[in-house]
Amino acid sequence: MKRLFLFIPVMLAITLGVVMYAGIGKDPMHLESALIGKPVPAFELAQLENPDVMLRKDIFNGQVSLLNVWGTWCPACRDEHPDLVWLAEEKGVPIVGLNYKDNRDQALQWLQSLGDPYTVNLFDPSGSLGFDLGVYGAPETYVVDAEGIVRYRHVGVVNEKVWYETLEPLIRKYSREG
Amino acid sequence: MLRLLTLALLLTGSLLAQAATNDLYPLDSEADRERFRNLTKELRCPKCQNQNIADSNAPIAEDMKDEVYRMVREGATEEEVFEALVGRFGEFVRYRPQLEPRTVMLWATPAIVVFGGVLMVIGVVVRSRRNTEGASSLSDEQRRRAEKILQTDEPDTTGGSGTGT
Repeated sequence: MKRLFLFIPVMLAITLGVVMYAGIGKDPMHLESALIGKPVPAFELAQLENPDVMLRKDIFNGQVSLLNVWGTWCPACRDEHPDLVWLAEEKGVPIVGLNYKDNRDQALQWLQSLGDPYTVNLFDPSGSLGFDLGVYGAPETYVVDAEGIVRYRHVGVVNEKVWYETLEPLIRKYSREG
Repeated sequence: MLRLLTLALLLTGSLLAQAATNDLYPLDSEADRERFRNLTKELRCPKCQNQNIADSNAPIAEDMKDEVYRMVREGATEEEVFEALVGRFGEFVRYRPQLEPRTVMLWATPAIVVFGGVLMVIGVVVRSRRNTEGASSLSDEQRRRAEKILQTDEPDTTGGSGTGT
């Protein structure tokens, strides 16, 4: 009995070790979206290119698409832009853009000079849809299935690695299910 | 004198800050102001993770404050405001997450640790008490023998020292 007590510090150290080891390599800034498995929040936003066209959440119906939150004020968005163009042109991925808290003229100029990977772009200057989506740092990229359900959120830059390791398998999975 | 002046300045500064939030988010009743203050203190900024939204100037915290303000003005309860924001940003934005299967360990760990500590202290105390009791409780036979040894020992030692001199 007394011998058993001597092992308490070792047991404590092992438990603590296991708990802390589980935390290694995890990014504390990475938060899971509260919307996973839920439909994209309802919205009514003007198209970036054409202020007279109002877009609603039915634009997500029919195919699995990416929803990319971007703005010209966001340096990391500039970093990922060539990769988005690559995805759209080489892989044929439908990408819906959400132009978040931005200026229309600057956004259009950006698309003209850097290329336009988006099938359609939502213009959200007040950030209302961004707020409902729980966007806390652009760029963010969501996988939305053919029924308009949010399946995954990636916070940060999309690049080749993120595409092959995370986004492509998800898109393939939900395309099969749909 | 200088110290007094600094103190006065600091005090007016903090009062001004308080007044500034009241001006930025004007509310009619003291109850509403109180609710707004509590909520913005209890909600955590997702971008700047160790600040509440009352202290944070991040754009996302501003948006959240605006939303809380709008809801408070419309008479929403604290619980409704929490639900609205947790629905968008996840349980993370609450400094006090609710008790659910995922957070059981979070809430239970302090209680378990305290309980374990109390158990250990009780164990140590009980054991040391038992030991001291055991040491004092000699059987009658042992006690008689000990007394005899002490008595026979005493003259022996004095006698020993006597022969030495």
